[in-house]
Amino acid sequence: MSLERFLNQAVSSWMSEEGPDSDIVLSSRIRLARNFEDYKFPTIFSHEEAKMIIVNMEEILGRSRFQKFGQMELLKIDELQPLQKRVLVEKHLISPQLAEESPYGAVLLTENEEVSIMINEEDHIRIQCLFPGLQLSQALDAANEIDDWLESNIQYAFDEKHGYLTSCPTNVGTGLRASVMMHLPGLILTQQINRIIPAINQLGLVVRGIYGEGSEALGNIFQISNQITLGKSEEDIGRDLKGVVSQLISQERSAREALRKTSNIQLEDRIFRSLGVLSNSRIIESKEAAKCLSDVRLGIDIGFIENLPKTILNELMILTQPGFLQQYAGGPLRPHERDIRRAALIRERLIMEQEK
Amino acid sequence: MICQECNQRPAALHFTKIINGEKTEVHLCEKCSQEKGEMFIFTGESGFAFNNLLAGLLNIDPAFQEPSQSPFHQEEILQCDCCSMTFPQFLKVGRFGCTHCYDTFKDQLKPVLRRLHSGNWTHNGKIPKRIGGGIHLRKQIEELKNDLRESISHEEFEKAAELRDEIRTLEKKLAGSEKGGE
Repeated sequence: MSLERFLNQAVSSWMSEEGPDSDIVLSSRIRLARNFEDYKFPTIFSHEEAKMIIVNMEEILGRSRFQKFGQMELLKIDELQPLQKRVLVEKHLISPQLAEESPYGAVLLTENEEVSIMINEEDHIRIQCLFPGLQLSQALDAANEIDDWLESNIQYAFDEKHGYLTSCPTNVGTGLRASVMMHLPGLILTQQINRIIPAINQLGLVVRGIYGEGSEALGNIFQISNQITLGKSEEDIGRDLKGVVSQLISQERSAREALRKTSNIQLEDRIFRSLGVLSNSRIIESKEAAKCLSDVRLGIDIGFIENLPKTILNELMILTQPGFLQQYAGGPLRPHERDIRRAALIRERLIMEQEK
Repeated sequence: MICQECNQRPAALHFTKIINGEKTEVHLCEKCSQEKGEMFIFTGESGFAFNNLLAGLLNIDPAFQEPSQSPFHQEEILQCDCCSMTFPQFLKVGRFGCTHCYDTFKDQLKPVLRRLHSGNWTHNGKIPKRIGGGIHLRKQIEELKNDLRESISHEEFEKAAELRDEIRTLEKKLAGSEKGGE
């Protein structure tokens, strides 16, 4: 398969399109947890109940197609190949838990992959909307529309005191997890991040590095999300998160500005060295690739590099994950072979841009 | 040092609690610490997995934490009628079995929710459209009934009659909306 064709199939809209403030915010995600009233939660439900939930969802899809976000397709997890599952996880369309521990799990996906509805994960239903850039309220509106459509067909577990009932008490109430993925190289390079993260945590928000092990943030990409789901309205949760994200955006912008003023040549050197590594290396580990991609993306954002698209970071961060590399290679690869493949894929992708 | 709880026996357990950055030193004798349920830190399973932390948050009544050591409390262990999950089981997995658990364990749940959700324990967000209309009306009727009881106890019978009529109208509306919704 040619790289171009593979990309057309592999890339979701949030990876290839730009949104508001997308020089810093890569994507915005809304997740709503919902459950059927009449079935036990997936932690202890029987196989019959699990199957009934899938049957119910298939029935709803057959009865009232919801077309607003495009055609929806139902994928059953146990009918997928291990590599296919892995690719869905790397694209953030399903959780590792759904891929590995949910034998009767399924996912409803729209064509542009902005909407995914996980079935039989920790809760019966998890609606997820993933949009490019800072679009929390748009993603919330979309999730609410899907929620209303499902609710017109399903007896939800809801009580007035506790709100939407969920398997884990940390999600009860709104069942809402709003999160934003941010690229913050300026705050890292100026070493401000260690001061900022504890402050954000105090506001009831969680900051995590993504793609990294533990707290390490691979590619300087952080995910910020709400912790509290009960007692606040959905709009307030979104607004509070957006307020903090907006502040982070302006701090990141001024950090980048300060870097340009105080150490322009060092910054330029760092960025072009990284571009050199990406365009020329023959073996590259995911950690190094992430670091270089972050540098190059910063170079694009502040104007050192002109003929590359901004979305190259989002896209290549995902495409160079192990599952994708193996999908592209057409079969399983050993770690060492992956590093060779990764270097080749990145080189090819950069050449593709030059030819445009 | 003397136990700060009973002020009688010598303190055997000394530790520092940090909750939301607020530091408190605690000195307890063995008896009081067991009664307060603080012992779980040292006697429970080791490791700080989320479930253990959650169990820590849930540790309100030591009877639920260590049922084997307190046989007298055995029969008080709550069990959900629907999915037969018990409270100790919930503590272990950190997940409820079914929607009825929220009702079964509601007394234990309130302090837990307050701790998990910065002091909040009631829902303040979206209400589902279809089943929500009824909830809204029922809430109103409930409030009016309280007012009604109060006015009767104060012998304000005129006001009570007005409230009664209002409740009837709403109940008719509720019956209508539930039929319409089905």
